[in-house]
Amino acid sequence: MTIQFGNPDRPNSYIGKTVPRPNAGRLVEGRGKYVDDITLPRMLHVAFVRSPFAHAKILGIDAEEAKSVKGVLRIFTGADLAEICTPWVAVLEHLKGLKSPPEYPMALDRACWVGEPVVAVVATSRSAAEDGAALVEVDYDPLPIVTDMMSALDATTPVLHTELGDNLAFQRLHEEGDVDSVFQTAHKVVSAHFKTGRHTGVTPEPRSILVDWNPAERQMTAYHATQAPHMMQTALAEHLDIPESRVRVICGDVGGSYGIKVHVYPDEVATAAIAKIMARPVKFIADRLESFTTDIHARDHEIEARIAVDAEGKILAIDVDDWTAIGAYSVYPRTSAIEGNQVVNLCGGPYDFANYRAKTTVVFQNKTPTCQYRAVGHPIAVTVTEGLVDMAAAALGMDPVEIRRRNMYADDVYPVTSPAKMRFEGLSHHQSMDKLVALMDYDALRADQAEARARGVHRGIGIASFIELTNPSPFMYGIGGARISAQDGCTVRMDPDGSIVALSGVTEQGQGTEAMLSQIVAEGVGVHPENVRVITGDTQVTPYGGGTWASRGAGIGGEAALRSAQALRDSILEVAAAMLQADQASLDIRDGQVVDTDTGAQRMPLEELGRIVYFRGDTLPDGLPRELVQTRHYITSEYPFAFTNGVQASYLEVDTETGIVTLLKHWCVEDCGRIINPQLVDEQIRGGIVQGLGGALFEEIHYDSEGQLLNGSMADYLVPMAGEMPDMIVGHVETPTKESALGAKGAGEAGTAGAPAAVMNAINDALRPLGAQVTEMPFTPERILRALGSIED
Amino acid sequence: MTRIFADQIDVELTVNGEPVEARVPVGQHVIDFLRQNLGLTGAHASCEHGVCGACTIRVDGSSVRGCLMLAAQLDGADVWTIEGLSDSDSIRDLQEAFIARNALQCGFCTPGMLVAAEELLAQGGVPERTAIREHLSGNYCRCTGYEAIVDAVETVARQRAGQVQSGKVRA
Repeated sequence: MTIQFGNPDRPNSYIGKTVPRPNAGRLVEGRGKYVDDITLPRMLHVAFVRSPFAHAKILGIDAEEAKSVKGVLRIFTGADLAEICTPWVAVLEHLKGLKSPPEYPMALDRACWVGEPVVAVVATSRSAAEDGAALVEVDYDPLPIVTDMMSALDATTPVLHTELGDNLAFQRLHEEGDVDSVFQTAHKVVSAHFKTGRHTGVTPEPRSILVDWNPAERQMTAYHATQAPHMMQTALAEHLDIPESRVRVICGDVGGSYGIKVHVYPDEVATAAIAKIMARPVKFIADRLESFTTDIHARDHEIEARIAVDAEGKILAIDVDDWTAIGAYSVYPRTSAIEGNQVVNLCGGPYDFANYRAKTTVVFQNKTPTCQYRAVGHPIAVTVTEGLVDMAAAALGMDPVEIRRRNMYADDVYPVTSPAKMRFEGLSHHQSMDKLVALMDYDALRADQAEARARGVHRGIGIASFIELTNPSPFMYGIGGARISAQDGCTVRMDPDGSIVALSGVTEQGQGTEAMLSQIVAEGVGVHPENVRVITGDTQVTPYGGGTWASRGAGIGGEAALRSAQALRDSILEVAAAMLQADQASLDIRDGQVVDTDTGAQRMPLEELGRIVYFRGDTLPDGLPRELVQTRHYITSEYPFAFTNGVQASYLEVDTETGIVTLLKHWCVEDCGRIINPQLVDEQIRGGIVQGLGGALFEEIHYDSEGQLLNGSMADYLVPMAGEMPDMIVGHVETPTKESALGAKGAGEAGTAGAPAAVMNAINDALRPLGAQVTEMPFTPERILRALGSIED
Repeated sequence: MTRIFADQIDVELTVNGEPVEARVPVGQHVIDFLRQNLGLTGAHASCEHGVCGACTIRVDGSSVRGCLMLAAQLDGADVWTIEGLSDSDSIRDLQEAFIARNALQCGFCTPGMLVAAEELLAQGGVPERTAIREHLSGNYCRCTGYEAIVDAVETVARQRAGQVQSGKVRA
């Protein structure tokens, strides 16, 4: 049955409406069940001794004194765990040339970053484990270190992993058109140097895992705060030599993930290895310092870029030289080359231009490994692109909205392939820009800005258009050899009471996955969403799937849910037709009742159908299919990714005396295709924007030249709090993808993708009359005052 | 455990209206005592140094960081956690406003956020949005971007002041 999305009054019209989240009620009562809330019989706790050096040889480990601590039961070294755990190498075949050395759950004879696990202390309580860890003596011999990104490949720089030959992890050059000659002849060329700060996710719930090994059943059960339970099942099985079918990963409530919890972390694998050795449940909950030193970092990029435009503001060429340093190892199994690769794929994304060159250089260094974090690569690519476009507009004396309108792909040009060879099925840059300009009342804002400037108050307007990569196909990881599913599945069944249960391979971390699935299934079957119980996050129960990352939950998981729900509807109606001696095509299910399609007359409630099928099947005709359960899987096939688009605007004030930026308001118009739940989409956008604003104004991991992390606490690494954040106006354009019946694309990362660039452009709009410009994030008061020349040295 | 932390102390207190007697390690934080000893897992340990507010509970009428107070200090105290505030229906309107406005996503910060918000609401009146933002600036939320939380708190303030009907929340 085709859903008439255009008719909001159609029966069972739950897709497109705000319905409450089924899990919110218990979360507001403190009845969530996060990993640290789980206590198992005979459970032990592990604390890790971590390297205090950025690079050091491990000469010896003395754990005798630690063993004397009451409650400490066992102590493991890296060598101990290596006996039962094979190392991993985080490379992907389609990222040609990517290299990384084998990595073990704990360092063997060499530690390569501050925070790398070296020794594990297992005790009856976390505090005893920590007391024991404090008494472990490790004899280190410091080795030469690599910290600086831009000199990592210099001949005089030591090589971090000598067996790899150099510090180059990955390099990719993409070239389209004749970039060099265009730059030689262009009307105007503008260049700039950008830096994006090294971030980390700062999930409210730290990384958490509780692993139980039952030797009698040879079964491992891992309660894990993860975005990708099936991926973790595979990783634990493969490296701990357990059949995949004997590893069960359960992902209950997760206290924020944002990409941080989609990776295989050495200390979490170590916890599983220890559980297997000790045959007891072992819990590891990272403390906040461990979060800062061992959660993946991201966004540590330096970019030299330039743009060539003609006299009318038409973009002729963009040339990007991107560098990123990824720490000591490429992170398993998604690798740490994806972010740089994304920068190459995404720069210039909204614009119709011909000549494009982008190169990314990915180097090793003695710091915490970096990997995929919300909006992977997007904030960097958008900052570079939108920064250059604004600078070009200023050089031409053109309005920032106008230069974008002259260059964005026309809304009727699709499908189209970008100079980065990204294929766009259908975007709405111009509609989105028109809507944004109207929402923010652009002209009135310019007038307000001028009025403020006359009073000596420096306000700025910043615009940032963007594209966002969602709904990934196997082109993202699978073709590179990683066992990460791009497909997802959903099983929907009807129970005797007429209620519906949906089991999905995508997971919930708070974005509202379960609400989204409940309303899709409700519409697909024909029941109220309250009568749909959604189960996610258990590899032993749900269909195999990829989980939640790259904004795929609604687009991939949602389509699988819709197809399985519609298949179940057909199954129910086949039984109903036999019972009612009616033509199946003349029946429908509405609000939990089998009805006549034409008249809406009620024929039978689903609970009566359930009663007959499950308890009086003897009364049904022989041979009548009576399986009230259906499973469907979905994978995209026409396009490698479903791109979305949008545009953001920031209005802010810069105090030129103090350098402090005050955010006045923020706007975002985005197009994620079919909107399933307007409220959930809006709040994904708002939350994402604020995560981007954090990067723009506050967030930056600092290291000293010895590779020591300097701000490993929430008092020192600043995140956005309620007081500094603005209200945000969110609008939408809907261009459904034609690949699926549902038409949904992702919305989880759009806010983060565009917000930093909007803020940068707004600050520079405010500072331009003063001849100042900032391009290094975060835009701290110090950096702004330096740009103004107020402080030097 | 080292000798200095082996020392224990007896405390008698009230938690969510129920009497509790316990012998606690002198170094144990309130949040660990509540979560590990009493099974009250609603408040969460997150930053463990008083910045994020996920462990916020009510002690003797004030919002307190469960990670900055020792269980040994609780002798004679009247402690309320999200479990007790829920069971007693004392913040039901606030919880319903959070659900209606989707002022929570992952829910990890929510119990602490609710306690902090109720502290402001209990002062009465309808605070300005900037005052709500300021009051909640000790409670970290990574998911929502705060606006929905501010909306929900503002709505409840208006409801309690009789300015709007309950159940109507700014969408």
